[in-house]
Amino acid sequence: MPDSVPIEILLIEDDSQIRRFLRASLLADQYKLIEAFTAAEGMIQAIARLPDLILLDLGLPDGDGLDVIRQVRQSSRVPIIVLSARDNDKDKIAALDLGADDYVAKPFSMGELSARIRAAVRRTAQLAGDNTSSEYCFGTVIVDLAKRIVKKGGEEVHLTPHEFKLLSMLVRHPGRVLTQRELLKEVWGTNHSEQAHYLRVYMAQLRRKLETDPAQPKFFITEPGVGYRLDDGDST
Amino acid sequence: MLQAGRVQQDKQVEVLVGLVETHKRAETEALLQSLEILPRRRTKHRGIDLEEFDLDAALARHPQLILVDELAHTNAPGSRHSKRWQDIQELLQAGINVYTTLNVQHVESLNDVVTAITGVQVRETVPDSVLAEADEIALIDLPVNELLDRMNAGKVYFPEQAQRAKQSFFRPGNLSALRELALRRTAESVDVQMLAYRKGHSIDNTWPVSERILVAVGPSPNSANLVRSASRSAQRLNAQWIAAFVETQGYARYPEQTRQRILSTIQLAEELGAQTVTLTANNAGQALIEYARARNVTRIIAGKSVQPSWKRFFQQTLTQELIEGSGTIQVDLIAPVTSAVEPAAPQVAALSRPIPKSELLFSVAVLVAATIVAFLLRPFLAATNLAMIYLLGAVAISVRCSRRVSTVAAFLLVASFDFFCVPPYGDFAVSDTEYLITFAAMLTVSLIIADLTARGREQISQIASREARTQILYLLSKRLAREEESLPIATEAARLIEDAFPAKAIIFLPGMEDQVSFNRRTSYELPLPQAEESIAQWVYDHNQKAGHGLATLSGSKALYFPLAAGQKVRGVLALLPTHANVPFSIEEHNLLDTLCQQVGLALERAATQQTMRTSELEIETERLRNSLLSAVSHDLRTPLASITGAATTLQQQSGRLDTGTQNDLLTSIVEEAERLSRLVNNLLDMTRLEAGGMVPHLDWHPFEEIIGSALRRLKNILKDHPVKVTIADNLPLLYVDAALFEQVLVNLLENAARYTPAATPIEINARISADTMQIQIADHGPGFPAGNEKRVFEKFYRGPDSTGRGSGLGLAICRAIVDAHHGEIEAENSNGALVRIRLPQPTHPPIITEPADA
Repeated sequence: MPDSVPIEILLIEDDSQIRRFLRASLLADQYKLIEAFTAAEGMIQAIARLPDLILLDLGLPDGDGLDVIRQVRQSSRVPIIVLSARDNDKDKIAALDLGADDYVAKPFSMGELSARIRAAVRRTAQLAGDNTSSEYCFGTVIVDLAKRIVKKGGEEVHLTPHEFKLLSMLVRHPGRVLTQRELLKEVWGTNHSEQAHYLRVYMAQLRRKLETDPAQPKFFITEPGVGYRLDDGDST
Repeated sequence: MLQAGRVQQDKQVEVLVGLVETHKRAETEALLQSLEILPRRRTKHRGIDLEEFDLDAALARHPQLILVDELAHTNAPGSRHSKRWQDIQELLQAGINVYTTLNVQHVESLNDVVTAITGVQVRETVPDSVLAEADEIALIDLPVNELLDRMNAGKVYFPEQAQRAKQSFFRPGNLSALRELALRRTAESVDVQMLAYRKGHSIDNTWPVSERILVAVGPSPNSANLVRSASRSAQRLNAQWIAAFVETQGYARYPEQTRQRILSTIQLAEELGAQTVTLTANNAGQALIEYARARNVTRIIAGKSVQPSWKRFFQQTLTQELIEGSGTIQVDLIAPVTSAVEPAAPQVAALSRPIPKSELLFSVAVLVAATIVAFLLRPFLAATNLAMIYLLGAVAISVRCSRRVSTVAAFLLVASFDFFCVPPYGDFAVSDTEYLITFAAMLTVSLIIADLTARGREQISQIASREARTQILYLLSKRLAREEESLPIATEAARLIEDAFPAKAIIFLPGMEDQVSFNRRTSYELPLPQAEESIAQWVYDHNQKAGHGLATLSGSKALYFPLAAGQKVRGVLALLPTHANVPFSIEEHNLLDTLCQQVGLALERAATQQTMRTSELEIETERLRNSLLSAVSHDLRTPLASITGAATTLQQQSGRLDTGTQNDLLTSIVEEAERLSRLVNNLLDMTRLEAGGMVPHLDWHPFEEIIGSALRRLKNILKDHPVKVTIADNLPLLYVDAALFEQVLVNLLENAARYTPAATPIEINARISADTMQIQIADHGPGFPAGNEKRVFEKFYRGPDSTGRGSGLGLAICRAIVDAHHGEIEAENSNGALVRIRLPQPTHPPIITEPADA
């Protein structure tokens, strides 16, 4: 639940019915809401009001939602959650690559959206706060980035350099969807960006080493066609 | 022409002056007034400004009637067609009427006659077939004296040119003769019209049996005249005509120049409207007669061959053969019109070729050996028997060496025999005249052997090349039969043509709207400029060859052949000869024509199949649409009804409902909305799959990742069922479309969850055997309705006691996706429902290794 200072959410969405239930639900959750119906209005509000989070619909009447992300990202790191149609992987990936933090596919349940909002807000708070720690944990796994040590249930787990790079990229952005391109670029450098199966294989190896049941992963979540997300248990 | 054009314009016909030469005559220029004139196209050729008729502008303008002067004109280099009459044909094809003018000396079939009369060789000619297409021929006739008066008055040419032209060409005698020709030619065409009229009105009592003419094309320069003469006869008789060339053994020995002449004679015949054919035989006369019989030819036209009588004794001339063998077929013999030199005898060409050193050495060695052996045996044998040794040598030489070497060797052998073996020895003189008979016999036998063996070799090489051609055709038909799509067919064909000819080959295929596309082609390596696309397009539109060395678009570096079956062109073959200066020979052209026909047929077959598939798909899509409509009306309405009902109840009864009921209604709204969402997704998936446009994006994926994300998507639905996933340790990466394959698993797992009692387990099992991945999903519910294990994959199939909650699409979607992966899916009952998927996999999954740990 939000603290005493209410968190401001900018909702950029043209459909009045969707705005209607989002407004009801978000206000009930004690968020403060700014509404914009168009991309242009959304960009002005984003700069003028400096919201704590942006909910952005990609299909806006006056322009591309992607432009909004591009514009906002020039000046701000405010978390952006994209509301997208189900079958548009391309738009999702483009939005994430431009710097959006997360996406929710329509139709979505309010419970799911609330969880994503909470997770995004908490990540911002963590980033703003104590950032010196190099230790991360999820489940029974502890990752120490400085000492390059990974432990599962107290036992040290041996990772290859690529596996470790991949893991460190994920733990530094818990809950955030990282696109295949971002991960490939980080771990293998730009020239491998076409060979997505490298990524899948190393992801499978991480799961085998760190998950209880690799076929039903709890932490290393696949976002089909888009990328991967580390679910550190607090996000949903 | 201008007057006629003005008459049409007065009748409200849209008239355009395409090109009229006024020669600055006031009389003519006056006529041009009030007519729309098309600007000329200006080109520069070697620094000279040239003005040409602008064909493209005329086509774009598209008037009802266009006036274009001088049908026989030769276009400037770089124009689309080399001749204006080709421009006119294109205008006619585009549906534009044309008025044009032509002087009688430019008519192709009269060309030789004109040359004979006037002594001037007219180079610009128009094929008679073009003239025959004219709806109407109007003769502009003037008495000769009046014409000369007009010329003198400067109404016909520029005055200063007229004088020169008058002296050489426009003599009264010539003009009278030309006038007669023009009158006769016009009368002939009126005659043909008359006959056509009679035929059209069934007045056929005077209609003769239809004639068919065969003209024998030979290596002689007079053959062109023969062809023209045949064309005239054919026109007069309104007969079909065939120009035949017989490729005999001698053909291989013709010099390149002669071969080209034969080729151009055959092309001339084609232009004049003949059907052309090349026969292969040893005996030309016999072959011609056999072919004539087979095609019901009534008349054979051949050149009169003259041969000294002694030669006639050994060999029949073609003339004799034709006359003797023709039976009921009439044979017309035409004497040479021009006193042109006989074609250089084939031997001359052969002599110009260098003799291989090995042949020379061999024959010298044989000569020396025969002489030594004969010399050593001289004391023991009679001279006549020594001659046999020399004969043996002659045989040995003719087996190994060419005709000319053997011939020369024959003489040398006889001389050597005389010198060494006939007394007095060491002298060419002969003491006994009896030996002269031995010499004569020796020489004759040697020469005959030389000739026979040479002929044998030529025949063998001819058979070999024929064999090679047959082989290419056979290979082509065999390989083309294997392919079903047009692009692979074209690729195979291009590869084979490249193997068989010294040229690079590309085949262009038409894209949408009959445009030949440079994007749909078999190779991107050929250095053809983009501008050549328009040539390919022209060939495609007109179903005619064009390009290098041909009448149309000869400026291009490449040759373009239409690939057609019947009237419809299915593609265009572009050939870029490796050696630009060596034109293709007549056999190569023939072979190419045949190959092109075959490829055209294969492409036609592919196109037909494509059409069939498309229409099948359309029928299927139509059926699906109908089923969808009925499904949509029922399946979508049911959850909508529940949602609307529950929501309106909540809205209207808000104060009067207890919390439990409210929660019930809310849960029902959420569940029904989820069901609706699933249905819509399924319908969308199915429509997309059925649209036929779905190509799986195959890539390498770990199976556990796909199953993992499917299980996650179904977390809520599967919460009451323990799921056990067993993946074989050696399971390699899976080569699939992950999104589609996840959908298969989701649909199967959803079914398993929905149709089984809570708490029953679901088992997923994946393993690999050979190159097939096998995935099984098994539940412990009631299983599939017995006997319907196959039908469950049909669209809109629902189990007999199903509650109607499924869309009947889930398994159909699974099958469509597995099909798209070339896999198999089957259902069976074993302690519950079991679905098994088999996916063929590439034999070499990628192995990803990492350098040893740092």
